[in-house]
Amino acid sequence: MKIIVPVKFVPDLVEELTIDSSGVTLDTAWLRLIINEFDDHAVEQAILLKERGGGQVIVSTVESEGADDFLFTAAAKGADQLIKLTGDFAGVNNHALARAYSGLLKELNPDLVLTGVQAHNDLDGSLGPLLAEFLGMPYVGYVSGLTLADGAVVVRKEYPGGLIAEVEVKLPAVLGIQAAEQPPRYIAYSKIRQVMGTAKVEERPVTGLDLEGGVTVSRMFQPEAAERATMLEGDANAVADRILAIFKEAGAL
Amino acid sequence: MSQTLFVVIEHLRGQVAEISYVMLAAARQLAKSAGGDVVAVLLGQNAQELAASLAADRVLYMEDASLAEFTSDAYQAALAALIKEHNPRVVLFGHSSLGMDIASGLSAKLGLPVISSCRSFSTDGKFICQICGGKIMAEGEIPAPTALITMVPGGYKSELGRSTQAPPVTPIAAPALDGLRVSVKNYIEPEAGDVDIAKEAVLVSVGRGIQTKDNLDLANELAGALGAAVSASRPVVDQGWLPTSRLVGKSGKRVKPKIYLALGISGAPEHVEGMSDSQVIIAINTDPNAPIFNVAKFGSTIDMFDLVPALTEKVKSAK
Amino acid sequence: MKYPPGKMIGALRSEFFDQVIKHDSVWMCVSCYACTEFCPSDIPITAALMTRAKEEMLLAGNIPSELQAALENTQRYGNPLGESPRKRADWTTGLQPEVNILGKTRQPVDVLWFVGDYASYHPRMISATKSLARILNALGIKFGILGPEEFSDGDSQRLAGERGLFEMMVQKNGQAFRKYKFDEIITTDPHAFNALKNQYPAMGVSYPVKHYTQFLAERLELLKPLLKNEVKAKIAYHDPCYLGRANGVFDEPRALLGAIPGLELVEMSHQRTNSLCCGGGGGGMWLDGFQWEKAHTRLSEWRVREAVAAGADILSVACPYEPPRFEDAVKTIQDAGQLKVREIAELLAEAMSI
Repeated sequence: MKIIVPVKFVPDLVEELTIDSSGVTLDTAWLRLIINEFDDHAVEQAILLKERGGGQVIVSTVESEGADDFLFTAAAKGADQLIKLTGDFAGVNNHALARAYSGLLKELNPDLVLTGVQAHNDLDGSLGPLLAEFLGMPYVGYVSGLTLADGAVVVRKEYPGGLIAEVEVKLPAVLGIQAAEQPPRYIAYSKIRQVMGTAKVEERPVTGLDLEGGVTVSRMFQPEAAERATMLEGDANAVADRILAIFKEAGAL
Repeated sequence: MSQTLFVVIEHLRGQVAEISYVMLAAARQLAKSAGGDVVAVLLGQNAQELAASLAADRVLYMEDASLAEFTSDAYQAALAALIKEHNPRVVLFGHSSLGMDIASGLSAKLGLPVISSCRSFSTDGKFICQICGGKIMAEGEIPAPTALITMVPGGYKSELGRSTQAPPVTPIAAPALDGLRVSVKNYIEPEAGDVDIAKEAVLVSVGRGIQTKDNLDLANELAGALGAAVSASRPVVDQGWLPTSRLVGKSGKRVKPKIYLALGISGAPEHVEGMSDSQVIIAINTDPNAPIFNVAKFGSTIDMFDLVPALTEKVKSAK
Repeated sequence: MKYPPGKMIGALRSEFFDQVIKHDSVWMCVSCYACTEFCPSDIPITAALMTRAKEEMLLAGNIPSELQAALENTQRYGNPLGESPRKRADWTTGLQPEVNILGKTRQPVDVLWFVGDYASYHPRMISATKSLARILNALGIKFGILGPEEFSDGDSQRLAGERGLFEMMVQKNGQAFRKYKFDEIITTDPHAFNALKNQYPAMGVSYPVKHYTQFLAERLELLKPLLKNEVKAKIAYHDPCYLGRANGVFDEPRALLGAIPGLELVEMSHQRTNSLCCGGGGGGMWLDGFQWEKAHTRLSEWRVREAVAAGADILSVACPYEPPRFEDAVKTIQDAGQLKVREIAELLAEAMSI
């Protein structure tokens, strides 16, 4: 079984985000990129499948801050092959990323493609279903566990309120991972350093990005940050009335 | 010729999902600025009566055995045909386990742009998206001739998408739906046993301010009235008054409910870490300097023992 | 603890140590050095056994999730709290005169103040950190901080089994130190003190270092006249493991407290070399949930009870891990309601009215 995990890096929300002078995109001066949390789960799920039933796990990313560290960590977890797409990815959107990855994936011919179900900076859809369509494969997202069947996988698809659907998907397929069956494992730093000496990252140059299908933003801004809570005044009845109204407005009643 | 604004209705196990009403409300607002008819698109089997509560100008109902349960490929194929035929101005999907399975695929398949995480439309018909954990908003013109949009809740009250007058329903034929590769085997209901607080939409959370185990009854009653669950900060769980499964925070769970009502919780960083992603935090604490007021959206220094019974009463009468 | 040190040594001898590594009992150890202090055979248990066992367990992936998050945060952000490194000196906002952040001013100083993770970022500790800044200013000390160039000292991570991560922190801090001119390092954090004094030199990063209580005690004659405000209270001083037991600093903190008018020092039943750990060391700060599940009691609670039993109004501490831990414990213990927890720096500042 050949499993490929294509990933993307997203702005690290620990740092403050600011809009650049153009007013339509994030300022990159202090921006740090971090692996999309759901992609981290996708790698874990792939490794778990390999540990359970054998197979090969290929992890792929595009050139980015933190890409090499991430790939080496994946190798330390058990990934067999590390591929980095190189080129100019400034301004890349999910459509372009999906097209870039589909070229690589068509060549590698996987049985299963696992990727995070979404990323917090997604504006033009998400990578998984776009990739699936370009590859001509079926797609199921919000997966939090899966078992292999004959020529297919049976996935646990999450719905709101804790409802789960067991869905059978014929292979080859693309799955959008919501959560791996166990949280991404810890790798001691010394192990990562060790792997840096032995694992190789294959570079594949990508020329030209096709951004077609993306979104044109005319204004990017930060919502008004309330520094402190709006204090509700009055006696118990008055405050209770206000809270009730808040509940209704949020759709919680 | 009047343009159409499609809303793909999400329904599961005989129930229309909340987001569908939010989308209808959004579409109605968009119709005011952009013009056009709000057309609800309902796919399923024996699902016609779900159309009754939809605040749409009309409903297109497509019935087929392959559409009985939501599957990405059957829904995607059905909608592709529909979109090609009708060329709507927009197609709204929920930013959910249903909508997200199909919106992007349709974008790639039909060569149409897709916009995700849209929260609302401006009065001049622009989309307004909420990304990066709610920290960034992105606005723009809705691309012509057809745009696919996935919507998140929060921008519209769902009541505005409900109707007491059933809209006219037009049955339409499904295209050939063969070669399907996705099928639902069965559903698994959530356990009736202990609650997974991470999955609750509303949490009534108690901290040291609850003072005694017996006082938990107050919180339980409020939670019961709200259809919410009770969660807690460290001191309560440490006393053994609630199981660890109810702990919110660094050593417990991270929760992102719609509403987090914090009663008598000071807001230490270790706790805030577990709930700061909540959509709306309401903090009740008699200490005006409690750090929780720096993360909460609303707050009050009223005594919770006065507030909670009053609130419980009002919630019960409202239901 | 299923396998306390004695049983671990027994397991080693009988060749079933792999069972110890697979079990999670080793994570109950908070590297407080008590076992090392009292071992009649002088075995360096903490360093040679507990830390090494934890290293093996990390390599095997046997690690509680809370600890995992702290280690991953350290690797990525240079601090276990997961805060932005750029905000490490935000605590200095509003202080006058402005705190000298060496990277900005590039002025040579006499003293480099290595602030530490919790003292820099934890909301409870920032007031104590500011208090120390004011005290240093009042004494006319020419000091500077690294600010965003400072990384976690790495000592607790080292004791939790992450030798590789520790070495990375030493390298980064060493790089920063080499850029500036200063005569000595002082630190608020006994863990940083321990690392800088005992671990960093072996890796080529060697500077004279003092804990702030030692530094201030050296200047007690200058400090005394400034301590005009009476702080009337009975005070119990908690010897932090890494200042006291591990490094023998017991008298200087007591000397500082003794100089504050109105304070009456009481000793708890465990003190000096047999002081009770607050539970935060060796990764314990990040194993709280885990240890609670196992033991249903906290070291910090035990200690708070001792303070109450000793008749203390104030429990005084000298380590940034402690105030949040003890204050949480005070919340859960019925008769501890009035006990205040204060860093020595906070008390000195109060006595100085600054």
